[in-house]
Amino acid sequence: MTLAETIRSSRTKAPTPGERQTRRQQRLTAVVKRILPPTGILLLVGVLWQVASDSFGVPKYILPSLSDIWTSASERWSDTFSSATRVTLQEVLIGFAFAIVVGVVIALALHLSATLRTAFMPLLIGSQAVPIVVIAPVLAIIFGYTLMPKVIVVALICFFSIVVNTMHGLSSVDPELIKVMRTLDASRWAILRRVEIPAALPSFFTGLRISATYASVGAVFGEFAGSLDGLGYVMIQATSQLQTDMVFVAIFILTFMSISLFLAVSIVERLVCPWARKEDRR
Amino acid sequence: MRSQTGSQLPSAQSRSGDGIDLVNVVKRFGETVAVSGADLSLPRHGRMSIIGPSGCGKSTILSMISGLLDPTEGVVRVEGATTMKERLARCAWMPQRDLLLPWRDVAGNAALALENHGISKKEARGRVLELIDRFGLSGFERKFPHQLSGGMRQRVSFLRTMAAGKDVLLFDEPFGALDSITRADLQQWLRRTLEETPRTTVLVTHDVEEALLLGDTVVVMSARPGRIVQTVDVELPQTENRRELIRHPAFAELRDELLSLLEVAE
Ligand SMILES: Nc1ncnc2c1ncn2[C@@H]1O[C@H](COP(=O)(O)OP(=O)(O)O)[C@@H](O)[C@H]1O
Ligand SMILES: [Mg+2]
Repeated sequence: MTLAETIRSSRTKAPTPGERQTRRQQRLTAVVKRILPPTGILLLVGVLWQVASDSFGVPKYILPSLSDIWTSASERWSDTFSSATRVTLQEVLIGFAFAIVVGVVIALALHLSATLRTAFMPLLIGSQAVPIVVIAPVLAIIFGYTLMPKVIVVALICFFSIVVNTMHGLSSVDPELIKVMRTLDASRWAILRRVEIPAALPSFFTGLRISATYASVGAVFGEFAGSLDGLGYVMIQATSQLQTDMVFVAIFILTFMSISLFLAVSIVERLVCPWARKEDRR
Repeated sequence: MRSQTGSQLPSAQSRSGDGIDLVNVVKRFGETVAVSGADLSLPRHGRMSIIGPSGCGKSTILSMISGLLDPTEGVVRVEGATTMKERLARCAWMPQRDLLLPWRDVAGNAALALENHGISKKEARGRVLELIDRFGLSGFERKFPHQLSGGMRQRVSFLRTMAAGKDVLLFDEPFGALDSITRADLQQWLRRTLEETPRTTVLVTHDVEEALLLGDTVVVMSARPGRIVQTVDVELPQTENRRELIRHPAFAELRDELLSLLEVAE
């Protein structure tokens, strides 16, 4: 077992403290490299914005300066934005969770049954052609000014990319691997559970990341169609009163919400399927 | 040696009936005749190598034996079983690519068949640990496939195949993707493993030396339509190792015979 021994000895050697130190440094520079450019761009845009609104005399109701926006955010946080943010966040999270459950169930069902696939695929694709802007008011009529219509709109916007990506992941398993599993006495269920579902996880998370960026847009659509609170509601009220600074505060909060959801999904993905990144790097 | 400790390769239960029989087997894929009228017979725990140009139906024959495919005509019998399901239950099949599950470590990959048999994850891991030792993989239990070299990965794939406890092992060019040093190492290792724990083995290969090293009969096939040209019995002296055997005049003679048969087959 000479080959095995050489490989073993070269692999199981523990890193020396010095090696560990440089590795930590490398990781640190990698993080800095990833964070520095976007921060720089954001700062640049911010400065240009401030300069433009200060020195060209653009009216406040067209382009409020960043400091105006900041002032209105801090003044109106407690009476308006804190509750609006809470309401919208709730709609986004519940709708997103709903989309995940429905999306995964549909993906599994369509993956397992060719009959269901041919029967429902046209309907599924058709559902994406129906404009949400049209559906939202109808839902508001049916359910009133409640949480329900917003959750449904968020879920409708989110579930499609989850279904499509999960199905793609489930069917991307190498057919030869399925054959190997069959000769290892795997039942259909065992193949699904031990091979197809784990193999589909990276695609599933890709679907989640895409829909995470849509989710807050869905909530705002839902609120436009009829609501008593939430960031979309605040935007509508503020627009009619030419309080553009308020609109921008809402936009910034929504952006922050989307980015946070996106990052949360990415972190969970890294914890759930660490092998995916390592395989890619090979 | 007491058993019940799980330290054995899962014992392939002796079943009634013998090895593998193919009687006048034909396989067509639409217009293509992949195999035309193959007859083969391999006794229990016999070792057969199949060589031939690519596209001559070697993989198709292996798939038919394994129960992943049924012949268009003729009979495939594995230890008396003729239905696909029964054949699947008796055969383990391993293709050229290792196809390990990247999200499972070495022990987890090896434990797959046991888990498929309904044994709990933890117990299945425990049972394969001793096998891992035997396969020269101890210390690697917790390594993931991406941390292993190609040769090691293929060794794990062998281990996963063996751990299924099947009496019949079907290998489709298992060393095809490896460099020649690793391949030689694994050939030697597989020879020894099969001597320690005999199984009915069919090995498909491109490589004449490999066919002679690992088979006690070599079947030569020709293409278009795929058929069996000749079956050669390998009778070679016992030698210490692979290198000595390859140097032996009797080995050279058999190699020449097979090469000339292959030239005709092309
Ligand atoms: N599933 C299939 N469908 C159609 N043709 C196939 C299929 N499998 C194999 N063939 C054809 O059968 C012939 C034999 O293939 P194969 O058994 O893979 O050859 P080998 O393994 O000797 O290279 C080839 O011509 C191949 O194209
Ligand atoms: Mg082949």
